[in-house]
Amino acid sequence: MVETVKHDPRSKFPPVDATSGKSVYNLQSGKYMKVWQGPQHPGITGNMSLELTVCGDEVIDCKTHVGYLHRGFEKLMERRRYIQCFPLVCRICVPEPDFNEYLFAEGAEELAGIEIPEKARWYRALTLEMARLASFLMWIGGQAAAFGMGTIGQWTVTMRDYVLDLFEELSGGRIYHMYIIPGGVRADLPAGFALRVEQTLAQIGKVLDDVELALMYNAVFKKRAMGLGVITPSMVDEYGITGPNARGSGIQRDIRKDNPYLVYDQLEFSIVTETGGDAYARTWVRLRETRQSIDLIRQMLEKMPTSGPFFQKLPNVLHWKIPAGQTYKKAECTRGEYGFFMVSDGTELPRRIYVRGPSYTHAVTLMEKLAINVNIADTAGLMVSLHTYPPEIER
Amino acid sequence: MSLKDIIAPFSVWKRVFEKPYTNKKPIDTRPGAPRYRGFHVNDLDTCIGCGTCEEICQNAAIDMVPVRETRHGDSGLRPKMDYGRCCWCALCVDICPSGSLGMSNEYLWVDEDPEVFRFIPGHDEKSWNDSELGYRRAEGYDLLEGNRVPMPMLSVEESQKSFVEMVQGYSKEQAKAEADRCIACGICVATCPAHMRVPEYIKAIRDDDMVEGLRIVYQANPLPASCGRVCSHACEYVCAMNHKGEAISIRWLKRYIVDQIYLGDYAKILHEREPDNGKKVAIIGSGPGGLSAAYYLRLLGYAVTIYDANEKAGGMLRYGIPEYRLPYDQVEKDIEFIASLGVEFRQNTRIGVDVDFLEVYGHNDAVFFSTGLSDPFGLEIAGEDLPGVVSGLDLLADVTNGKTPDIGSSVVVVGGGNVAMDAARTSRRYGAQVTILYRRREADMPADSEEIHEARGEGCEIVVQAIPLRIEKGEHTRLKLYWGKAEMVSDGPGKRPRPVLIEGSEEMIACDTVIPAIGQAGDFTFLPQDIASRLVVKRGQVEVDEFHRTSVDKIYAGGDIANPKRDAISAIANGHSAAKGIDIYLGNFQD
Repeated sequence: MVETVKHDPRSKFPPVDATSGKSVYNLQSGKYMKVWQGPQHPGITGNMSLELTVCGDEVIDCKTHVGYLHRGFEKLMERRRYIQCFPLVCRICVPEPDFNEYLFAEGAEELAGIEIPEKARWYRALTLEMARLASFLMWIGGQAAAFGMGTIGQWTVTMRDYVLDLFEELSGGRIYHMYIIPGGVRADLPAGFALRVEQTLAQIGKVLDDVELALMYNAVFKKRAMGLGVITPSMVDEYGITGPNARGSGIQRDIRKDNPYLVYDQLEFSIVTETGGDAYARTWVRLRETRQSIDLIRQMLEKMPTSGPFFQKLPNVLHWKIPAGQTYKKAECTRGEYGFFMVSDGTELPRRIYVRGPSYTHAVTLMEKLAINVNIADTAGLMVSLHTYPPEIER
Repeated sequence: MSLKDIIAPFSVWKRVFEKPYTNKKPIDTRPGAPRYRGFHVNDLDTCIGCGTCEEICQNAAIDMVPVRETRHGDSGLRPKMDYGRCCWCALCVDICPSGSLGMSNEYLWVDEDPEVFRFIPGHDEKSWNDSELGYRRAEGYDLLEGNRVPMPMLSVEESQKSFVEMVQGYSKEQAKAEADRCIACGICVATCPAHMRVPEYIKAIRDDDMVEGLRIVYQANPLPASCGRVCSHACEYVCAMNHKGEAISIRWLKRYIVDQIYLGDYAKILHEREPDNGKKVAIIGSGPGGLSAAYYLRLLGYAVTIYDANEKAGGMLRYGIPEYRLPYDQVEKDIEFIASLGVEFRQNTRIGVDVDFLEVYGHNDAVFFSTGLSDPFGLEIAGEDLPGVVSGLDLLADVTNGKTPDIGSSVVVVGGGNVAMDAARTSRRYGAQVTILYRRREADMPADSEEIHEARGEGCEIVVQAIPLRIEKGEHTRLKLYWGKAEMVSDGPGKRPRPVLIEGSEEMIACDTVIPAIGQAGDFTFLPQDIASRLVVKRGQVEVDEFHRTSVDKIYAGGDIANPKRDAISAIANGHSAAKGIDIYLGNFQD
């Protein structure tokens, strides 16, 4: 019999071991049950799993398990020439690959001292906003479906497909675009591209109106999302929270504004925040950022240069040596701060490339904290409301 | 919570009569976008099998497999795709120097047999083989540099007045930038008669490791200072980068390596030779073939003696190539290092006149002769023996010997090879007006295109399809050359058209000197009748085996006299393989 700290037997929480500080469950008691959610559960938004301990239908403990998706990209890149890393990086985050392409290219360019043409900077920003749009559209579907509203997911995922059509036209690929390459981008915009982008944006705008009515002004959604997974402003720094998860708690933090990269200092937009800190507030932030993304794409298509090169010639990529040095490049992706830490030792191969995906902090430490006291039926909705992509946790 | 929150969600009902999106877009009417990165296509005729696609593929999804006959500039290999590995990044398409590789916009391929997904695009029958749509490298985006780093040259105004070397050589930055363009496909290695390890010494330049560069160069070529200037650079004609723009300046990069190292440092860098093995080899002729054989034999420990009729060693390198292309000190540099290894040079010694061949033959374990082609062909026209008619080779040799040639103020050079260009440009440097007559078209000229270009730039007039008819004594000038226009007559498909004189098209040029430079023949008079009769000679060339052994025991031959390519690098390669052959023949060879 372990020595436990003073414990009220009526509490749903188990006694705590006095020496280790860990909870002591007696699973035979019938009071507690372990439930595995994932790794194939759609509410996990990818291949990870939650080991939930429940008392009745309430979660009293949550352990996250990753490791189902480890592909070893960072190590693979140490054995490949810089140009050969280019097709690899996009695969680090499947639903939003472009940030990897951008940050890898930007890092390599900075270390090698390469300036890219102005047009390439606009094209890169356009690609990143289109990626943000596609990613949010898929997320909306996930968030709604987690609360049983699959129809909304059907609308938005269709809209995402229209954005992927645009990507296909621009880059030749729907999921892995491989469009942003060190030196610039791989091709100019196709003829009439801006027009087709505008048509798609208009269509998405209409769907977003419907989504707002069906989701945000929906008694069921409000009832379940409000108060779910509350992140207080004080938790933001403590847990390393970035992106809409932080902005949903009223924190004004957006790399596009704080450290403008590419052309964001030439665009008009303001940081979207909400104060609720719960899943509902985060949904509002993301919905409004989806609309903001549409607006940013429109601004870019209007302001971007129409002539000039889109690619700066590199040294021969087959034996491109980048001078020794290190850099950290970051950008605001849909989930928060995405970063690439790159070290070169002056050879043809990168010495180290570390990828900082925002999902790690959100899906592991934060989720373990927020899941406590949540009804088991809401864990999927909570998980989705943190908007995490396991591929970037594992890399 | 308000009433709106109860009512608003019912707005979804307005979509109930909409058709599902998937029915709007059946898959069979949805081709991939024009840029879609779908299944690979390859134009097998354009592809040169350089393997750069295989090199860049980070998935190792491409294997180069034999599909066609290997020929100059084409390895005969073609890429085979493994769709179990491919990630459709299209870097192979981006890097393809010939532009043959592309991707179609096809993306549906269903089969039960996993083996079919390994295929050779363009070779295997596929429905998308002729697809015009799909990913191609975009205009304005290129991973390779097609333009050569320009070589600093003397201006035409300066160059036509002096014998100063025209090509001034790359600086370190220029050489590194040029070396950076190389894709290291190795097609040049296969083409180079000496199989020099070009990509490796180019890498040494990128790494700024001249010591390693020199080592690599000397493994296959002991005359790099000369070859780096005047090599006929077959490598550059087949360089994969030709397909993107200009070939890598392989010849000048080799020169760059050699120029960076003093002769005095060679001995520290180049590998030491084997101890003397007590066997003797005689070499007749100190041209590139003889020097090369001497170098490699000496490295193997043979006592080598070179017999040469001229005052100085070097053969055609010294006496046949003007100083503005190959300065004498560079020939010296190459020869001095060979001499420093202990090779004995007997200059001013003509075999058959000063020393009997049989004496040399008897006193040595093997004899290698590379006496070259020293007898110029005559024009076979009237007036050829008039004063003022001098062969191109004689003119060039006179200049090397320090004589000022008596060419007057106007010169006609007959011929279209490098000797003709050299004679013409040398004459130009002595202030003569120069006209070059050539029987065929300019495209048929055997001279290097840059030689033709530079000759013209220096003010030589080139008249093509011109046949010399007769030479007569002139009134105001020393000579009058009569020539007629030629038309090109086809001798059937696949055959080179031949020039035929157009009757009545005769024209005359008044000139002081006529320089025939239409080729040379070998001279075998140094051989005793007995040996000469046993040598197999076909079309003026000695028949040799792969180790340059002739039909006569102990006798080897190489260079122009035994090699239809008739250039320095082939002679060097001959010398090298003869050295190996002699080593095998004399029983020293160790694998």
